[in-house]
Amino acid sequence: MGDTLLQALSLLTQLDPAIMSIVGLSLQVSLSALVIGSLIGMPFGALLAVAQFPGRTTLVVLVNSFMGMPSVVLGVLVYLMLSRSGPFGDYGLLFSPTAMIFAQTLLVLPLIAALTRQIIEDTWKEYELELKANHLSKRQSVMVLLYDCRFSLTVAVLAGLGRAISEVGAVMIVGGNIEGFTRVMTTAIALETSKGDLPLSIALGLVLIGIQIALNWGTHGVRSWAMRRYG
Amino acid sequence: MASRIQRLIALTAILLISSFSFANESIIVASTTSTQNSGLFGYILPKFKEKTGIDVKVIAQGTGQALETGRRGDADVLFVHDRKAEEKFVADGFGINRKDVMYNDFVLIGPKNDPAGLKQSTDINNAMQRLARNNALFISRGDNSGTHAAELRYWASTNIDPKELKAYRESGSGMGATLNLTAGLNGYTLSDRGTWLSFKNRQDLEIVFAGDPPMFNPYGIILVNPSKHNHVKKAAGEAFIDWITSQEGRDAIAEYKINGEQLFFPSSSDHVAHN
Amino acid sequence: MFPIRVKDLVVMPKDRPILNGVNLTLDGEGISVILGPNGAGKSVLMRTLAGLNEYHSGEIDWRGEQTPEQRIAFVFQHPMMLRSSVCHNVTLGLKSLPLSKAEKQQRVAEVLEQVGLAHRTNESARLLSGGERQRLALARAWATKPRLLMLDEPTAALDPTATEAVEHIIQKINADGTRIVMTTHNMGQALRLAKEIIFVHDGQVREQSPSTQFFEEPQSEEARLFLKGELPWQVEFND
Repeated sequence: MGDTLLQALSLLTQLDPAIMSIVGLSLQVSLSALVIGSLIGMPFGALLAVAQFPGRTTLVVLVNSFMGMPSVVLGVLVYLMLSRSGPFGDYGLLFSPTAMIFAQTLLVLPLIAALTRQIIEDTWKEYELELKANHLSKRQSVMVLLYDCRFSLTVAVLAGLGRAISEVGAVMIVGGNIEGFTRVMTTAIALETSKGDLPLSIALGLVLIGIQIALNWGTHGVRSWAMRRYG
Repeated sequence: MASRIQRLIALTAILLISSFSFANESIIVASTTSTQNSGLFGYILPKFKEKTGIDVKVIAQGTGQALETGRRGDADVLFVHDRKAEEKFVADGFGINRKDVMYNDFVLIGPKNDPAGLKQSTDINNAMQRLARNNALFISRGDNSGTHAAELRYWASTNIDPKELKAYRESGSGMGATLNLTAGLNGYTLSDRGTWLSFKNRQDLEIVFAGDPPMFNPYGIILVNPSKHNHVKKAAGEAFIDWITSQEGRDAIAEYKINGEQLFFPSSSDHVAHN
Repeated sequence: MFPIRVKDLVVMPKDRPILNGVNLTLDGEGISVILGPNGAGKSVLMRTLAGLNEYHSGEIDWRGEQTPEQRIAFVFQHPMMLRSSVCHNVTLGLKSLPLSKAEKQQRVAEVLEQVGLAHRTNESARLLSGGERQRLALARAWATKPRLLMLDEPTAALDPTATEAVEHIIQKINADGTRIVMTTHNMGQALRLAKEIIFVHDGQVREQSPSTQFFEEPQSEEARLFLKGELPWQVEFND
C-alpha cells in the first residue's frame, strides 16, 4: 500500500496529462451541471418556500425525496431518454459530455431546490411580517430573501458540487467512459481499479478528496466570514 | 445582482459549448471490457486515425450489453466475441457485414497451489470436472459477456450445472473486477488471455490451464444495420471494418504485445474459428 | 385618506374575538397613542389597520379610497435587519415605489442624516445597537414618505438615552407631515408625545380624547383604574 501511494503521488506531481484532462472534464461537466441546476433549482426552491397552493406539501416531500435519488437510477433513466431508440434519440446525445451534464443537472437540481426551500422558508418565517409591512410583492420578497440568505445558499451550492463531482453511476451509464471524450475522475477510478492499476486510481482519488476538502474549507470560510461581517 | 446572473449564464454557455467536440468525424464502437482492458485499442486506433482521420470512440460493455446497444442504435459498429450471439444479431436484422477479426484464447486462472488440481487436466472438460469434484471456489462473470458465454458452454459440455455447485459465485462485473475478486478470494476463474496479461493485481494467481482448442475465442465485427437506424455512420463504420480486416489492420493487431507476448491472432480466411 | 373611520371592527382569528367591535375615527394630524392593559388588543388593532391582519367583520373606511396600503408604514418593536449595510436596509421600503435609483439614494441619505446614522451608512445593520436599529427602522419608514406611520412599542427595549433619541425622531417625522399612531406602556412617553389618547380595553375602544383630558379626567372606570395601576388582571391574548 505504501508504494502504491508513492506512485500515485508522483503521478500527481508530474502533472500527468492524462490525469489533467480527466480532472478538467470532471470539473467542466460538474460545474456546468451545478450552474444550470442552481439557476433552475434556486428560484424554484425559493418560490416553493413562500407560495401557498394545494398539493404544496406533496411537492415538498417529492423534492426532498429526489434529493437522495441514486445516481445509477438516474443514469438509466437518462440513458433510456437519450438512446436512439428513446424519445430524444434524434439528438444523438448519448455517450457525450452533454449527456453527462444533463444527467448531473437532474441529479443536482432537487438537492439545490430542497436546500434552498428549507433555507428560504426558515428566513421567510422570520421576515414575513416586516416584508409585508414594507409592501413587497411575493416576487420582490423572494428576491430579498435570496440575497439575504446568500451565504447559506452558497453552502448549498457547494454541497451540490460535491454531490456531482463524486458520483459515478450516472456519468458512467450515459457517458460510456470513452477515453479522451467522456472519461471523468470517478469513471476512470472505476476502470483503473478493475484493471488492477491502483496507482492511477489512487492518484485520481486523492484529487477527488482534495476537491472535497477544498469545498468544505470554502464552506467553512464563507460561514465564518458572514458571521463576522453581518452577525 | 442581475448582471451577476448574466455573467453566470455566459460562463455556463462557454462551459457547455466547449464540451461539444467540434472535432473530426467519429464513430462509436461498442466493444467488450476484455478488449479494452487488454490495451489493444490504445495501440491500433491511433493508426486508424492517422490513416483516415476518423476518431473511434470505444464504449466498453459486456458482449450482452454491447449487442443491446447495437439493437437500440446507440453505436455504429459492434466488436464482440460471442459467435452465436453475433450471428443471431445479424439474422435478426440488426447488423450487416459481419466479419471475423481475430482470436485470442481463454485461460483458466487459479491459485499457485492449485487445490483442485487443474494443472493436471487433460482437456477443458476434465478441468471443469475437477472444479466440480473438488468443490473449488469459482468466480463467474455472470454478465452475459462473451467470456461468460464461453464459460457456460464449457459447463454445458460436461453436463454440470454450475448453479448447483456450492462454491460458485457470480460477480456480475467486467473481467478486471472479476479478477480482482478472484485474487482477493484466492479462487478460480475463466479469463481471456488479453485481460490477464495486462492485469496488475495478480496476488497469488496464475494460469492453471490453457491451450485446448475449445478455449479459442474469436472476435467478430459487425456494422449496425443502417436500414434499421438511419443515422448510423455507414461509410466511416465500413472504413473501420475494412481497415481492421485488411493486411494493415491485421498486422497492427499481431504487433500488439504485452511483456513481449502477442495477445491477439488475426483471423485469416483459411483459419477455422472454434467455439 | 383622512379621516379614517373604523366601524364595529371584529378580529377573531380563532373562537375568541381579540377586537370585539372597535369604533374609531382618526383625523389627519398629530400623534395618537393607544394605551391599554396587556392583551387589550392594541397591537392587533394597529396591524389590522395597516392591512397586516385579516378582520372578521366590520368596516374600515379610508374616506372612500381603496385601502391605501402604500401610504402606510409600520415599525415593529424588534425591527428586522437584513444581512446587509445600513443604507441597503433603508432601501427595503423603497423597493415597492416607482422611484429612480438617484431619487432613492437621495432619500436614503436624507433620512439617515435626520436620524443620526449617516456615519454608519455602509456598516452592517446587524451589528447596530438596539437604539440604532430602531432609528434605522424609523429611517426606513420615513424614506417612503408615508401618510400614516404606526409604531408598536418602539422604545420598550431601549434605555432612556436611546428612548429620547427615538421620541425626538418620531416628533420630527410628525412635523414632516406624517400622521402617527403608536402604542406604548411608558406613561411618560405618552404624556410627552401624544396629542390624543386612544384607550383600548377588552377588545374595544373605551375612550378617545385629547391627551390632557384623558390623564386629568378619564371618562371610564377602566381608564381610571388603569391610570392608577389598579386594573384587574386580564386574560392573555396574543397582542
